[in-house]
Amino acid sequence: MKDETQKQTQKNFAFNDENEKKFRETLNMYPTNMAALLPTLWLAMDQNGYLTDEILEYVAGRLELSPVHVYAVAEFYTMFLRNPPGRYHLQLCRNLSCTLCGSEEILAHLADRFDILPGETTEDGIFSLELVECLGSCGTAPVMRVNDRYCENLTLAKVDKIIEGC
Amino acid sequence: MSKKILSENFDNPDAYKLAVYEKLGGYRSLEKLFKTDPASVIEDVKNSGLRGRGGAGFSAGMKWGFVPKDTDKPKYLCVNADEGEPGTFKDRKIMVQDPHKLIEGIIICSYAVGIGTAYIYVRGEYVTPINRLQGAIDEAYASGYLGKNIRGSGFDLDVFIHRGAGAYICGEETGLIESIEGKKGQPRPKPPFPAVIGLFNCPTVVNNVETLSNLPFIINEGWEAYASLGTEKSKGTMLFSISGMVERPGVYEQEFGVNLWEFIENATGGVKGGRKLKGVVPGGSSSPILTAEEARNTILDYESIAAAGSMLGSGAIMVFSEDNCIVKALQVISRFYAHESCGQCPPCREGTYWIARVAERMEEGEGNPGDPDLILDVCPHLMGMTVCVLADALAMPAKSYVEKFRDEFDQHIKEKRCPYASSAASSVMG
Ligand SMILES: Cc1cc2nc3c(=O)[nH]c(=O)nc-3n(C[C@H](O)[C@H](O)[C@H](O)COP(=O)(O)O)c2cc1C
Ligand code: FES
Repeated sequence: MKDETQKQTQKNFAFNDENEKKFRETLNMYPTNMAALLPTLWLAMDQNGYLTDEILEYVAGRLELSPVHVYAVAEFYTMFLRNPPGRYHLQLCRNLSCTLCGSEEILAHLADRFDILPGETTEDGIFSLELVECLGSCGTAPVMRVNDRYCENLTLAKVDKIIEGC
Repeated sequence: MSKKILSENFDNPDAYKLAVYEKLGGYRSLEKLFKTDPASVIEDVKNSGLRGRGGAGFSAGMKWGFVPKDTDKPKYLCVNADEGEPGTFKDRKIMVQDPHKLIEGIIICSYAVGIGTAYIYVRGEYVTPINRLQGAIDEAYASGYLGKNIRGSGFDLDVFIHRGAGAYICGEETGLIESIEGKKGQPRPKPPFPAVIGLFNCPTVVNNVETLSNLPFIINEGWEAYASLGTEKSKGTMLFSISGMVERPGVYEQEFGVNLWEFIENATGGVKGGRKLKGVVPGGSSSPILTAEEARNTILDYESIAAAGSMLGSGAIMVFSEDNCIVKALQVISRFYAHESCGQCPPCREGTYWIARVAERMEEGEGNPGDPDLILDVCPHLMGMTVCVLADALAMPAKSYVEKFRDEFDQHIKEKRCPYASSAASSVMG
């Protein structure tokens, strides 16, 4: 039953009033509909947190693009999530400066604390862990993003504090 | 102390506000600009010697000169704010601390080339910079610096932010163009160059954030003032993102022509904890590493760093101490390039993956005695074979890591383990 209703709501996905307005503004920024695809997918991400097949079909319909194209684009970009992240999506940088400054120890600590591997979500759905590439914040390495917020100069103690503050 | 052009307002926490920026002398270049013939602006920028700060170091004025003048197609500016080259974090600093300087630079470039629409392509993770920049754009429109008939000049310009979504390859200029067009960020073959056939098949200039942010100075003070800074072929100053094992990492502006290691040491206080210097990556993860000795004997400009066998790239300096493992570094960067390969060219798709696999097994203590040579054999097959230079961007540093630190690779294989395991990490344990 529950699955049925969930499917129902997703089938009925439509932009809320605010995003509908933003969507129309977005169309005016470009000479083609296709160019509005990334911003439109971002609006859908903002509204739903991740992109279901139904949402991709909806976006394709709104922009009069082939669903195949919209799928391919959504899959190409790592920030367009195709599965629900945890309420707090931890994105830890694994690139060079962060590694030099100890990000692997941070990873071991997070994996240990939550008993999950990168790519997984805690059973209660609160935390998900993802390893990402350079976040453009190497001067304050190690770095992770918690949802959209940058947490910098990480130490194990600081990580614990961030998690307890979630 | 170096001359400050780009970082002059970094210490003023309110410089991002239009009123404050104006008080600091912001937007005063426009009066002079609109009285100058666009073709002379291009000449001035050529004469200034300003080179692109996104990685390739190509003359900005020359690039603008390639845009056809007698076309009835619209022309576009794509501002490259993708800042994906590992080690680089200076464009973020400009967008957050001094966004109007970038907008002023965008107006100058657009006026000179005859551009009516500019898109700023900002990497998707940069939510704070995007909000800052959007705030500044809104202020600029409200005060008549953007939009129709800018400050009564008759010149029109629209500026939009286009948010990326996590793909390093979208920093490559034609990947970026594809991405704005709403496609996968797969680079296009060149020629044709974007200056002739770019965004929406129209003539397009692609310039980095920092490149454009130099323009107000060049207009205000004259190209001679800019050209008087730096060395013969490397003019002006550059923002260096310094990270890794130094006491005070950060973004530092420096005029070209000083000693590389002395600059790093003076700016950051040297290697963290007084440890020994192992090596310096001078221009982002795509640039070959310099040994400690090379770093101490190199002058900081495009030519000297190239003569030392590396490149200045995006000015991202990463410092390795004796506690850092070079094999681990190769594992990290090869995994990165393999992950970010867009997949359209087989040598890149396969080659980056191969290097990543071999580097991983060496670091895990499962390497074979022939593995370092295997890497050296594979590298040439990644170079010059593909639509863009992402594969080269791994092959060049990979070769340098193996050639310059061969002993470390052999030691991993002989001892069947990483002799450095987590020795660098003590700083995060607190
Ligand atoms: C794989 C790859 C990634 C790149 N990433 C960036 C980037 O993040 N930011 C940037 O400004 N240039 C980047 N570039 C360089 C651009 O292709 C282009 O040269 C630059 O935007 C031109 O601007 P400039 O002349 O002002 O430097 C990249 C190039 C390659 C091959
Ligand atoms: S390497 Fe981690 S933010 Fe750049």
